[in-house]
Amino acid sequence: MNLDKKLYTLKYSPDTQSHLNPDSEQCKTCVSRNCTYICPAGVYEWNEEKNELIINFENCLECGACRIACEKGCIDWQYPKGTKGVTFKQG
Amino acid sequence: MLNKDNKTDVIVVGGGPAGITCAMLLAKSGKEVVLIERGLFAGSKNVFGGAIYTQPTKEIFPDFEKEAPLERRNIEHNFMILGEDDSTTISYRKDDNVSYSVVRGKFDRWMAQKAKEAGVILVEQTVVRELIKNGTKVAGVRTELEDYYADVVVLADGVNSLLAKQIGLRKEIEPKDVALSVKEVIKLDKDTINQRFNLQDGEGAIGEIFGGPMLEILGLGFMYTNTDCVTIGLGITLDDLIECKYRPFEFLERLKQHPKIAPLIEGGTLKEYSAHLIPEGGYKKIPQLCDNGVIVVGDAAMLVNNLHWEGTNLAMISGKLCAETIIEAFNKKNFSRKMLSLYEKKLKDSFVMKDLKTYKDLMDIAHQRKKAFMGYYLRKINSFFEMFTSVNSVPKKEGYHKFIKSIFTDRKLSELFKDVWALIKLVWSILV
Repeated sequence: MNLDKKLYTLKYSPDTQSHLNPDSEQCKTCVSRNCTYICPAGVYEWNEEKNELIINFENCLECGACRIACEKGCIDWQYPKGTKGVTFKQG
Repeated sequence: MLNKDNKTDVIVVGGGPAGITCAMLLAKSGKEVVLIERGLFAGSKNVFGGAIYTQPTKEIFPDFEKEAPLERRNIEHNFMILGEDDSTTISYRKDDNVSYSVVRGKFDRWMAQKAKEAGVILVEQTVVRELIKNGTKVAGVRTELEDYYADVVVLADGVNSLLAKQIGLRKEIEPKDVALSVKEVIKLDKDTINQRFNLQDGEGAIGEIFGGPMLEILGLGFMYTNTDCVTIGLGITLDDLIECKYRPFEFLERLKQHPKIAPLIEGGTLKEYSAHLIPEGGYKKIPQLCDNGVIVVGDAAMLVNNLHWEGTNLAMISGKLCAETIIEAFNKKNFSRKMLSLYEKKLKDSFVMKDLKTYKDLMDIAHQRKKAFMGYYLRKINSFFEMFTSVNSVPKKEGYHKFIKSIFTDRKLSELFKDVWALIKLVWSILV
């Protein structure tokens, strides 16, 4: 089963602004790009052409793994606003 | 409800088992308590494997077995040791009422309701962005909308506890000190679950899964039965996940396809996918537990006994001991670190810290010898049973000799000595 189908089972109330804000300058020199595969929701994708991270923050499960796994430690990671983000009904 | 200065006795940040327990017990003793939860409702941001434990839960909620939304009473533990395509299961079955499977979105919400009935002021959908300090003392919290003040602030804000970090109670978490867990709740009808897991209505089974797609890495799988769905998931330490460069849900997909697991969930439909971090740093990574005007409880304090799949119980008991400490602090009108360190003492005297101390060396040894203990020996257990059950006209004695010889020849002999030494060290550290 692909990830989109998994994420489709979740209830989201996305914000208009990202609560995940990596330092894009540091991302350019990042070797491992751990965030692009560690994230259980596939939030981070690397855009080769633009040489920057695409952040699908609206899919975030708010686990915090990216913040800890980031080799640069450069992700400004906040909780979404109180009415926003993911809601687990079956946690 | 609060006075015009937004000042209350105690603010608890986070509506999980630790925070709710603490808030409720304080309210019962007559304190004015505000419990702040960032989700739509308590439980809506919470994920765990699947079971709450009867004895500790009863300590806090004596009638929970009659009142709480419970799924199934667990009567069986299945320790599943998975090879690539084979498996050995040790199953322990006894209806001794140790635990129940629950859904956090329902159970935590119920606990929060009990807290409200006890007088707790529950503020949901509100994120605490930072702690307010008055000199060296934590004096309140800053939310998105307004500031609240209190004599004591309890940090029950979960594994990521940005607040504990903000005030320097702990350092940044390292990847080896947390496991990333992903899980799926799969809908199946009740009778199918009963049949597949050999259960009656209301009875549940737990699967503790070793190996399979997680051979040679520090990861464990879990399986729980709810009334009409099955939970399957796994947790892998973040450093191993980084090292092997797999996506966490790819591990889960492979686990679901293992011949031992696949028939149990066949035909089910995915109800919900979720992910969460598990604090696994253990005793050595417990943060500073209190400071002037502030106490840390539950996951925020790294109180998880991963070997025994215990977390919610440690959370509840830490919340209880925290409440007892705060009541004492109010009696003495003293909210200093020295006074609040009574909480540390209470934790140390309880099973919580004693158990974490018992396993203080476990994760270090597990990290060092994971290829052996999470890989080689799991395969070896399966190959023993493969040998034992095979019928191939080869004399049994030859089979035994070959198996025993392989233990000495599969790998360098030094590996075997390292394992024995690690095992002696581990057993010594646990028992002595």
